[in-house]
Amino acid sequence: MAIKERLSGNEAVAYAMKQINPDVMPAFPITPSTELPQFVSSYIANGEMDTEFIPVESEHSAMSAAIGAESAGARTMTATSSAGLALMWEMLYVAASNRLPIALAVVNRALSGPLNINCEHSDSMGARDSGWIQLYAEDNQEAYDNFIQAYRIAEHKDVRLPIMICQDGFIISHGVANIELLEEEAVRNFVGEYNPEHYLLKADEPMAVGPYAVSCYGMEAKRAQAQGMINAKQVILDVAAEYEKVSGRRYGFFEEYCMEDADYAIVAIGSVCGTMKEAIDRLRAKGIKAGLLKVRVFRPFPGAEIAKALKNCKSIAVMDRSESFSAVGGPLGAEVPAALFQAKNTAEVIKIVYGLNGRDFTIEDAEKLYKDLADIAENGNQSEEEYRYIGLRE
Amino acid sequence: MSQKQFKEIPSRDTSVPFGSFKEIQERRERLAPGHRLCAGCGGTIAVRNVLKALHPGDKAVIGNATGCLEVSSFTYPYTAYEDSYIHNAFENAGATLSGVETAYNVLKKKGKVKEEYKFITFGGDGGTYDIGLQSLSGAMERGHDMVYVCYDNGAYMNTGIQRSSATPQYADTTTTPVGKNSNGKPQGRKDLAAIMAAHNIPYVAQTTFIGNMMDLYQKSEKAIYTPGPAFLNIMAPCPRGWRYEAPEIVTICKMAVETCYWPLFEVIDGKWKLSYKPKNKLPLEEFLKLQGRFKHLFAPENTDLLEAFQAEVDRRWEELLNKCEA
Repeated sequence: MAIKERLSGNEAVAYAMKQINPDVMPAFPITPSTELPQFVSSYIANGEMDTEFIPVESEHSAMSAAIGAESAGARTMTATSSAGLALMWEMLYVAASNRLPIALAVVNRALSGPLNINCEHSDSMGARDSGWIQLYAEDNQEAYDNFIQAYRIAEHKDVRLPIMICQDGFIISHGVANIELLEEEAVRNFVGEYNPEHYLLKADEPMAVGPYAVSCYGMEAKRAQAQGMINAKQVILDVAAEYEKVSGRRYGFFEEYCMEDADYAIVAIGSVCGTMKEAIDRLRAKGIKAGLLKVRVFRPFPGAEIAKALKNCKSIAVMDRSESFSAVGGPLGAEVPAALFQAKNTAEVIKIVYGLNGRDFTIEDAEKLYKDLADIAENGNQSEEEYRYIGLRE
Repeated sequence: MSQKQFKEIPSRDTSVPFGSFKEIQERRERLAPGHRLCAGCGGTIAVRNVLKALHPGDKAVIGNATGCLEVSSFTYPYTAYEDSYIHNAFENAGATLSGVETAYNVLKKKGKVKEEYKFITFGGDGGTYDIGLQSLSGAMERGHDMVYVCYDNGAYMNTGIQRSSATPQYADTTTTPVGKNSNGKPQGRKDLAAIMAAHNIPYVAQTTFIGNMMDLYQKSEKAIYTPGPAFLNIMAPCPRGWRYEAPEIVTICKMAVETCYWPLFEVIDGKWKLSYKPKNKLPLEEFLKLQGRFKHLFAPENTDLLEAFQAEVDRRWEELLNKCEA
């Protein structure tokens, strides 16, 4: 029986953590992910979880201790945001290259400066090439569902990579909304026991982790790691299919909203997709064929699948809630057009940066953007700008 | 990578008393030969002897900060460690092993691990005094049951002899080179053992390679078998950085202790205890003159530097005596 509740995104992910009950959680507080270690600490204090919490002195130590614990054979998780993720940076690569299936709850927030605590994807987008699987959520329900699927993906023998479960800071993490939770037993049956093949505390087989490798070995290690990410694509779909059976909720690489006949598509990530859907409903009522491709899986990047889903669109806007400072747009704005090019799709594409430092993106902004897409489809892209900002004050 | 334990632990000859010099020497080496560390390297001596203090049959996970020791003892696909081993990065040996130790506690509680394990991590002075100080402090403060061993060779030797906060004053290093306007490192060395003692952990000790190594052995054994966090600071000379011939290491260590440059002591539950007091405290030159890095101090125009260095060693020695007699 599903449990109907009203929870914030942080409450939902903490609840998933309680239901999974991993072995170890080293974590350090940072807004807006602070509640996650707080909730877990409370669950432990009240005897509802038997996870060992390590109150580390920094996020760098959180990820370092997570690497130690996971190497030792313990199912491990942590949580962070923004600067905390940035402080983990070096260790993110070590976790991935050591093939450690750690789950990291990321609550997306802007990186400094200016110092700002609001939503942006610059933290996890900056870590997009660190070797971690990345799943994004539109709302608390998806954040919860993604976290429950996390270990099944990460620990799969064909993958063995760490995973970030991302949700938008404040908008999702602190916004209370309806949610359907699984029973604890259903979660534990779905996630299963963690039985790693090799680990430091395996008594009859000592193990060494973290070698120095000279150039005649290192490249093979990188290639093997890349294969784990390639394999993750199928595993993500398989786990989603299995999850649908227990939850009734369907997941894939992305969600297509009104895409079957869409002339104008927006590609976006995160909570803004709820805003887009409302705008699409309004526009569809007026006969405008607007659609949304909501990216759930950013790493591994489902480029070919995205291109296929966009193949009949006349014009496309690719939305980034982070600046790459590349002078050509944000990360999604680089990867989606590259995928379209590979698929020989020559639709008009515009690249948008929005929502930085928690700036609102409204339904009206979305409607205006679809109207711009219709104009571009009709008359071509008249703008000389390489990419454009929405919501910037004049 | 994993490896099979390739040697059976021999059954002990019970006529040799446990913990005796002979019995300790007969213990299995846990750092296998074939690693790539230099001849005359103090780091190697530290690791071999600390690991000898593990009781035969006890299991351990060895941690290691990035440095000479790591790149020379775990070069893929070979490891020199008979025990499980983890290297993570330069600045996080404390945090890393605290994760391993926590995993052990939870897996033990859940019945997934049955054996007894000890947790020992090694870091050089760069990874311990400097870049890894926060990680070490956190691990000690949280009270993990582990031993952090600093093999202190007084500079960043792995990257080519750059100064650290453990480098003694006036030492010639590649970032404090002696020159027309420089007498080597301007600052004195940080007193890390005192900083660790200020964490109020159950056991802190300072030692080096003296005589039959029993001081090192006994302190290692106490550190490993005292429940809770322990810190060992081991002066571990480096032939490249200190500029001496490999066999000279024995004399250098002896002179470091006899001149009171490197006193031997313990701090047990907050109580300071001197391990050795020289009958005749020797002048600091006896330690300095054995090393190329202090050669410039013996130029006739630098006698004032020698005097200043001697005065600082005397001051710190008196301060230590006061702590130990209090």
